[in-house]
Amino acid sequence: MRFTLNGVATDVAAHPMKRLLDVLREECGLTGTKEGCGEGECGACTVLVDGVTVCSCIVPFGQAQDADVVTIEGLGNAHGLQQAFMDEVGAQCGICTPGMVVAASVLNEDPSLEEIRVGLAGNLCRCTGYAAIYRAILSSARAGKA
Amino acid sequence: MTTAVGQSVSRKDGIGKATGATKYADDLHFPGMLFGRTIRSTIPCGRVKSIRMDFDTSGFTIVDYRDIPHRNVVALIDEDQPYLVETEVRHMAEAIVLLAHEDREKLLGANVVIEYEEAEPVFDPERSPHSFKDITIEKGDVEDALASAEIVVEGTYRTGHQEHVYIETNGVIAVPEHGGIALYGSLQCPFYAYKALRSVLGNDHPLRVIQTETGGGFGGKEEYPSMIAGHAALLAVKSGRPVKIIYDRVEDMVATTKRHPSIVRHRTGLTREGRLVAMDVDVILDGGAYSTLSAVVLSRGCIHAAGPYRCDNVKIFGRAMFTNTPPNGAFRGFGAPQTEFAMEVHMERIAEQLGMDSLTLREMNALRPGDMTATSQVLKQDASALECLQEAVRRTDYRRKREELKGTNRGIGLALFYHGAGFTGAGEQRLASKARLDLTATGARIMVASTEIGQGTRTMHAQIVSDALGVPYETIEVAQPDTSVVADSGPTVASRTCMVVGKILERCALEMKERLEGMTPAQYHAKHGAFSIVKEHIQPEWMRWDDDNYQGDAYATYAWGCDVAEVEIDRDTYEVRPVKVTAVQEFGRPIHPALAMGQIEGGTVQGLGYALLEHVVMKNGAMANPTLTNYTIPTTLDTPELDIVMLENHYDGGPFGAKGLGELPMDGPAPAVVNAIRHLGLDLRDIPAIPETLIACASL
Ligand code: FES
Ligand code: FES
Repeated sequence: MRFTLNGVATDVAAHPMKRLLDVLREECGLTGTKEGCGEGECGACTVLVDGVTVCSCIVPFGQAQDADVVTIEGLGNAHGLQQAFMDEVGAQCGICTPGMVVAASVLNEDPSLEEIRVGLAGNLCRCTGYAAIYRAILSSARAGKA
Repeated sequence: MTTAVGQSVSRKDGIGKATGATKYADDLHFPGMLFGRTIRSTIPCGRVKSIRMDFDTSGFTIVDYRDIPHRNVVALIDEDQPYLVETEVRHMAEAIVLLAHEDREKLLGANVVIEYEEAEPVFDPERSPHSFKDITIEKGDVEDALASAEIVVEGTYRTGHQEHVYIETNGVIAVPEHGGIALYGSLQCPFYAYKALRSVLGNDHPLRVIQTETGGGFGGKEEYPSMIAGHAALLAVKSGRPVKIIYDRVEDMVATTKRHPSIVRHRTGLTREGRLVAMDVDVILDGGAYSTLSAVVLSRGCIHAAGPYRCDNVKIFGRAMFTNTPPNGAFRGFGAPQTEFAMEVHMERIAEQLGMDSLTLREMNALRPGDMTATSQVLKQDASALECLQEAVRRTDYRRKREELKGTNRGIGLALFYHGAGFTGAGEQRLASKARLDLTATGARIMVASTEIGQGTRTMHAQIVSDALGVPYETIEVAQPDTSVVADSGPTVASRTCMVVGKILERCALEMKERLEGMTPAQYHAKHGAFSIVKEHIQPEWMRWDDDNYQGDAYATYAWGCDVAEVEIDRDTYEVRPVKVTAVQEFGRPIHPALAMGQIEGGTVQGLGYALLEHVVMKNGAMANPTLTNYTIPTTLDTPELDIVMLENHYDGGPFGAKGLGELPMDGPAPAVVNAIRHLGLDLRDIPAIPETLIACASL
């Protein structure tokens, strides 16, 4: 089945009911996308499908046919955001971080605190209490403007 | 002068956590690897009558207790817990049979039929016939003091289970190597797992435990990994192939440890002006079906049960009770959040009954330097209860706010608390942790078993070594914990990694500096080659502890805190939403302020979840809501504005004045929230404060 993975046309032979998460991790070797719950609650498995955030643990691979899938490994332009997550300690243990970064990457360029909170409401973090994640996103947005 | 300590220097984790490049246990693959699965009991109490493999077993590795080469016990404190059930089942989800196969579909499809003879389970800790551990702390004469007290206030307070919900579930990989096993795993205490594996596999084979990057622990990966490590190792030994076991969320929630539920009763005598004259405290913890760490959780819980207050007549009696439920275990705070919750809600009730302001009551009784704790420990100058209280009150304009919000749908409440750093009493002395520092061609490498689980171990240790050795922070490397190469610096628990292990590393670095005789590491290395310094923990010489009577210096030092919670209630649905939390905390000196801030923010939000959301529903001895859909932890939308204040009061025995911090933030939020709910007029004494509980509360 064909789809675009991180900008590259890709062909993977996998069962259409296989979870997109497993296809990415096992067939494509992209282990940056994490599993935290397997039921669409934690957002650790967040990827972009046609530019929209989805939980790849509840998306059957069949639904990704011909779609444009972007994982944490494909976020080429997010370096500032990623560095800010480390600098501001928006990542502690880091297991939620790829999903957080993917979700944050589609926020508007200069998000308000409220927009960040709503935009990340589907991504659980047990370590940070979220405050440092907001600081990371805000500081990266500020740097982008400067 | 310090150049690294006290600065939020760039972390040693690298960028990998944010780019997805960092590998966690489930991201690792070994050639020929099998997947493992655990077949668990479906009754809470009884005996196994028969086990039948109702599937085509070809290609499967099957292990039961008869395959255990050495001892069928998870080595911890009391050694009562088996790796695999022989006949007696003591709780739901107890491991009985292990399966491994290279095809996960086949593995999940395998049906094992187990017949049981059921027996009557015990679920109520108050009715349990068996206590794992009793503890009595006694100072003065409580009965006498109660009899002559002008006022006596009584109350019972309850807390529920709490699930850790580290976002990475438990997972390990056992890999056969050199005739033995290399165990890779998500864990906090590599040497605990090592010791446990020695127990199950024996001493004949090489063995090492390597911590993989760990996606959260919070105590949940202190003792349980010893169990799952043993399981994977048994399958690997029998199959001769690498075996990976990763729990899914449901299995992790049903089968692994949680915070101990508690029932705490207080009988407190006071003078009419509000001076504490007698405190009688009864603590019951629900230990679950095996002792695991319950005795030490109870110990810390009891020592903290009188709160940060002075009183000459104290009796604390604690019991950790057996029930037919999965064992409860270590969770950030380790018994103290339960007992300090009870104490702080009780203080509020005492103030209500005395008709006095609870701030004045706390101020009057708070422990000051020179005062004695419940274990008769005389506090030194680094005791900061009053400073924390006063700063929290000032910063939140507490008195005015409390007046202003009266009769509205908003309430404000406060909690004062403290937390002992390091192992209790003589624990650190017994542990005798070691740290090692190796000189490298460019600087030095830290060789300890203390794990980075998100809290910043690597970075904070490197900062300490950098400043003590007087070399740039960038030249300090930190080895990934591997029991075959690092020193046994003890478990990564009990807020000890900075204060205790950091201190040993500081001493290593100072001695290394002396050996360098003014040369840089590079110069010395070029001339003489590498060398290592190994040092062991030294207990402060003034510390005295009597383990039989629970009297003496329980901890080398304490960290202190005062939290203020402002909440809002929906009077129709009884939903309570936190609006703002102010956390004032004193923990010596922050080595890395941004990481320290993260500990306080993260711990505070875990405490808010504990107070308001996190409800483990137990049915027939097992968690009945084991999913993140039905067991909810705070999301961004449930998390209020946090205002964090870090006060400094250095502890001379810590590295650069640091104390322990990791657990402190967990102690305050629950009582602060419940006291805010009391301010709303509801007589709440239990958590979690879910609407069902609140509806049943009497009005004040
Ligand atoms: S793993 Fe997909 S939402 Fe949790
Ligand atoms: S950093 Fe650990 S779960 Fe978010």
